[in-house]
Amino acid sequence: MDILTLFVIVPVITIVALMAVRNKSYFRVVALAGFIVQTLMSFNLIYQYLQERASGNNDIFVFTKDVIWFAPLNIHYAIGVDGISVLMIMLTSVIVLAGIFISWQVDDLPKEFFISLIVLSSGVFGFFISYDLFTMFVFYEIAVIPMYLLIGIWGSGPREYAAMKLTLMLMGASAILLIGILGLYFYSAPDGGQLTFNIFEIAKVNLPVSMQRLFFPFVFVGFGVIGALFPFHTWSPDGHASAPTAVSMLHAGVLMKLGGYGIFRIAMFLMPEGTHFWADFFLVLAIIGVVYGALAAIKQTDLKYINAYSSVSHLGLVLLGLLMINNIAWKGAMIQSLSHGFITAMFFAMIGIIYGRTHTRIVSKMSGLLVIIPVIGVLYVLAGLANLGLPGFSGFVAEMNIFVGAFQHSDTFHRVITILAASSIVVTAVYILRLVGKILMGPPMEEYANLPGITWYEKTGTFILLFFITLIGTMPLWFGKILSDSIIPFIERL
Amino acid sequence: MNLNLMILIPLIPLAVFLLLGIFFRRIKEPVSGYIGVAGLTIVSLISFYIAISYFLDFGLVNGEYQKIIVFRSTWIHFTDNLKIEMGILLDPLSAVMLIVVPLISWMVHIYSLGYMKGEGGFTRFYAFLSLFTFSMLGLVLSVNIFQIYIFWELVGVSSYSLIGFYYKKKSAVLAAKKAFIVTRFADLGFLIGLLILSYFAGTFDFLTLTNLDFIQTLNGQAVTFMGLSVITWALILIFMGGAGKSAMFPLHIWLPDAMEGPTPVSALIHAATMVVAGVFLVARLFPMFYFIEDGIALEVVAYVGAFTTLFAAVIALTQYDIKRVLAFSTMSQIGYMMLALGVSGYGEHEGLGYMASMFHLFTHAMFKALLFLGAGAIIHAVHSNFMQDMGGLRKHLPVTHITFLVAALAISGIPPFAGFFSKDEILAAAFEHNKLIWFTGFIVAGMTAFYMFRLYFRIFWWNDPEYKHKPHEAPKTMTVPLMILAFMAAFSGFIPFSDFVSTDYSPFHTHIEWGLAGASVGIGVLGILLAVLFYKKENDLSDRFARAFGIFYKWTFNKFYIDELYFFITKKIIFKNISAPFAWFDRHIVDGTMNGIGNSTVWISEKIKGLQSGRVQDYAMYFVSGATVISMILWFLLNN
Amino acid sequence: MINGVSIYEILTLTSIMFFIGVYGFFTRKNLIAMLVSVELILNSAAVNFVIINKYMFPGKLGGDIFSIFIIAVAAAETALALAIIINLYRLIMSVKTKDLETMKY
Repeated sequence: MDILTLFVIVPVITIVALMAVRNKSYFRVVALAGFIVQTLMSFNLIYQYLQERASGNNDIFVFTKDVIWFAPLNIHYAIGVDGISVLMIMLTSVIVLAGIFISWQVDDLPKEFFISLIVLSSGVFGFFISYDLFTMFVFYEIAVIPMYLLIGIWGSGPREYAAMKLTLMLMGASAILLIGILGLYFYSAPDGGQLTFNIFEIAKVNLPVSMQRLFFPFVFVGFGVIGALFPFHTWSPDGHASAPTAVSMLHAGVLMKLGGYGIFRIAMFLMPEGTHFWADFFLVLAIIGVVYGALAAIKQTDLKYINAYSSVSHLGLVLLGLLMINNIAWKGAMIQSLSHGFITAMFFAMIGIIYGRTHTRIVSKMSGLLVIIPVIGVLYVLAGLANLGLPGFSGFVAEMNIFVGAFQHSDTFHRVITILAASSIVVTAVYILRLVGKILMGPPMEEYANLPGITWYEKTGTFILLFFITLIGTMPLWFGKILSDSIIPFIERL
Repeated sequence: MNLNLMILIPLIPLAVFLLLGIFFRRIKEPVSGYIGVAGLTIVSLISFYIAISYFLDFGLVNGEYQKIIVFRSTWIHFTDNLKIEMGILLDPLSAVMLIVVPLISWMVHIYSLGYMKGEGGFTRFYAFLSLFTFSMLGLVLSVNIFQIYIFWELVGVSSYSLIGFYYKKKSAVLAAKKAFIVTRFADLGFLIGLLILSYFAGTFDFLTLTNLDFIQTLNGQAVTFMGLSVITWALILIFMGGAGKSAMFPLHIWLPDAMEGPTPVSALIHAATMVVAGVFLVARLFPMFYFIEDGIALEVVAYVGAFTTLFAAVIALTQYDIKRVLAFSTMSQIGYMMLALGVSGYGEHEGLGYMASMFHLFTHAMFKALLFLGAGAIIHAVHSNFMQDMGGLRKHLPVTHITFLVAALAISGIPPFAGFFSKDEILAAAFEHNKLIWFTGFIVAGMTAFYMFRLYFRIFWWNDPEYKHKPHEAPKTMTVPLMILAFMAAFSGFIPFSDFVSTDYSPFHTHIEWGLAGASVGIGVLGILLAVLFYKKENDLSDRFARAFGIFYKWTFNKFYIDELYFFITKKIIFKNISAPFAWFDRHIVDGTMNGIGNSTVWISEKIKGLQSGRVQDYAMYFVSGATVISMILWFLLNN
Repeated sequence: MINGVSIYEILTLTSIMFFIGVYGFFTRKNLIAMLVSVELILNSAAVNFVIINKYMFPGKLGGDIFSIFIIAVAAAETALALAIIINLYRLIMSVKTKDLETMKY
């Protein structure tokens, strides 16, 4: 069994183990054990990856493996990783691990809950390791579907509506994406040879410019929907607001990253001409998303909505960085993916923790929580500061890379967009501080005088995330190096 | 001389911060203070040792002060030239700051042992003080302009946390938020300036940026925007960041409100160190400001500084909250420093303004910190911020009284106190360069003396009210720092500053121009005498004056309604007319479209589900008609 | 072969019979009447088989046999349909089509 396939196999084993367990209190332990293994494996993967690179392996993907599983259409189970995917895998395993800690107290159908969560994450892992378009698509679907159950069954508020909306929008996007993928597939052998889904094989082919211009928007929008591309972001506030905490974490933290990753790996890599043709158009959408998400967040009253709009804004920066098409901005976009993953997961975790105590998420109904639950309050403030891009936390590093990269274009259009994007940091500060000022500071409220303090599992979950946020924020060079080495083969095609 | 020791200077406060921050519930009240003070003592001793031996011993080589990069390592790598580095740069500028920052911080740490005693959140307070000290030291030692930006943000957040220290108080929360957002807005300018530099200069490194040959090549580029070179724009934007932190008009609105924080914090952050970061920044980039396009950006600095100094001094005349008077005074004095930089030239004596600005930064830090700490002792004694609740305190607080008087004399520019020397040099530099600016500075000198002695007499003389709790002198932990700072405020003027700090890093000699100095001392004395007349004994002269000025007084008292203007822009325009419509637009138009697509599916299915009527006859009907239509089409096609 | 009668006339007759059956099937409100209509359709087809066999392929029996086959099937089908109808009647006391619309949407 190779090191990568294990990432799909271990979740399956965990699921089987979960099914075998009868005692209710052991479910979470089994799930946790499974994910501790997974997290350790992801660290090991990074280590192995660095070893492999150090030993002089300069392929785009390492640890590759290729098994055909559907010969008539030439679909392969083709896997491999580069620096970007190893970090994304780490992100996923850490966030799921933290998510399991945060949902330690799920008592409504815990077995099914954990199974869905793990199915979802195995889809994500599969997506990150494969480089066959169809296999990627299959894993992508595996990741999207359990979301419906997770929100529909364990959610709160108008959960059926939210789950339906989310699933339908993502499914619609998948349909659009599938058109794009099939377009690539049918153009993959212009000389009448074997058609292929392998992205590196397709990359060798000179796809006709007209075809690239036609299919680029399909792939871009298909992935853009899950990456909260304006105006297809509206599933995200509703979905996040209704989802249970761990699911919000996983969804905003990991699933939404599939969008940027897919755009980078498939749309931009395979269709460079299409990218140049469409970049300006989508750049406008991305900047609208950045500014608009931030401004819309100011007026929200529900904690989760604020964070959801904040995610729209921050993921807009990911798309913006990608569309700026240069090394620095791409590195920034990748770091932003990682950083936003950890930060927003921590934010949702904190919201879940607070909601679990106050039973409300409405900003105006809370005040002075810092006095009553100081540790939670401080962690919330830290999440907020990380979100507004304070140096020392990962958001700053990502944003600076994106802004500096974006500003390296010499035309006014890109400059104006960069400045607009930079102005979002002020707006972010406004809504974060408004939030902190309203719910944490101020006079404490009588009715919340006896809220219980933080529990060990909540603490563990959030500290894991905080650790990674500060790790990226304080040693960006190391992360930047891994990413920029892997970006080079991709940037060279554009 | 082992300069590697310098790395401890920022790291010790960081370690203290982490220690106190992580265990903020375990470490109890006095212990955390002792840890903080101990850490700062070590830092201060190292810093003083290094700074003094730099100036007196190893710094000067061949008549020029060396720029020593003690250490640097890449933090973010953009391209080979363009990278963010973390490091330590030792030159006269940072050496001066190595005396100012640790000294004031040390005094404040000790002072707070007494002042903050028994207040909740003692450990939190010390943790944030350490965080601030770390960030400020990191800022002044930066090798790279982006490093400054990073620490700039960090001092911003420590300032935020300390202003909002009494977070149960609504006004403190609002003040903290305001401070952070206003400075963040200014930092946006800073950031854009950095981005412009990143493209047009291609480097963030100070040594390269301030290299004169490099500046000439930048001048040669001549990419313009609205008639000015882009580099000038970058400098103006960077100055905007500096103006935000240094509370220059019109970004000053946060500073008076920042007085909501505990008084030692006001002394450290909002008087002596953080607010001069803007001055420091301009001084750091001074060769760029001066040489790029003949110093257009520097003109901006000069006029903004001059306007602010007058503006703030006028407002300070009318305020009643003693901390606010001091806050406006701080603004005014920072305006002085800015205008001094603005009128400075480059080279030996030409660079007098630059030297004077740094000198004033130094002396101002001493006497303003002293004033704030003294105000803290007064507030500690009478439990009020307002002059109306004070009077006759000289009998109750003898030490505070004397030290406060020293500081007031120093800020008023009365010889031989420190302020006289630095202010005199600023005025001399301004006189050579621009008479209008000099005249502003000259008038403000008189106003400064007047409002400081208004404060002094109003607190310590005026009348003899009955106090509910008899005011008592502060404990030793508070009075000792006052005395040390009073010593500095009294005698630091005799430091031959021009031997140490100059634009081109080589020492030069200054002499006091007795004509100008006499004039400014004269107006200072005049101000004091007026204050004696108005405030020494209780009388209604000042009220009559206020009434005589009527509307002007009202506007001044309300700080020219700048706050209200900002409030109007943010609340009424941005929140109400931009943000709210955006939120509405999102919920109703964008989301509405998506829901509309979903709902239209439902609607269509509602409409066509009637086809599935459940009646066999209908189905048969469809079948037959369908079959007929298809066969007709086929027939038609086959016949053609 | 009937003298003086061409195949067209007989086919016209059976077509009319067929469409009467179709019309009846579409419009009757009663299941039994619908069944009768179906019988008409089937019978028209059976007659067609016989006639076409007779007129076009005299001497062969294929069409005749098919019509016997159709009659047999029709009988079975009628029996089945009547059984269903009787069961339905027992269940809902009606053989009206409008009462049998529950399998919709």
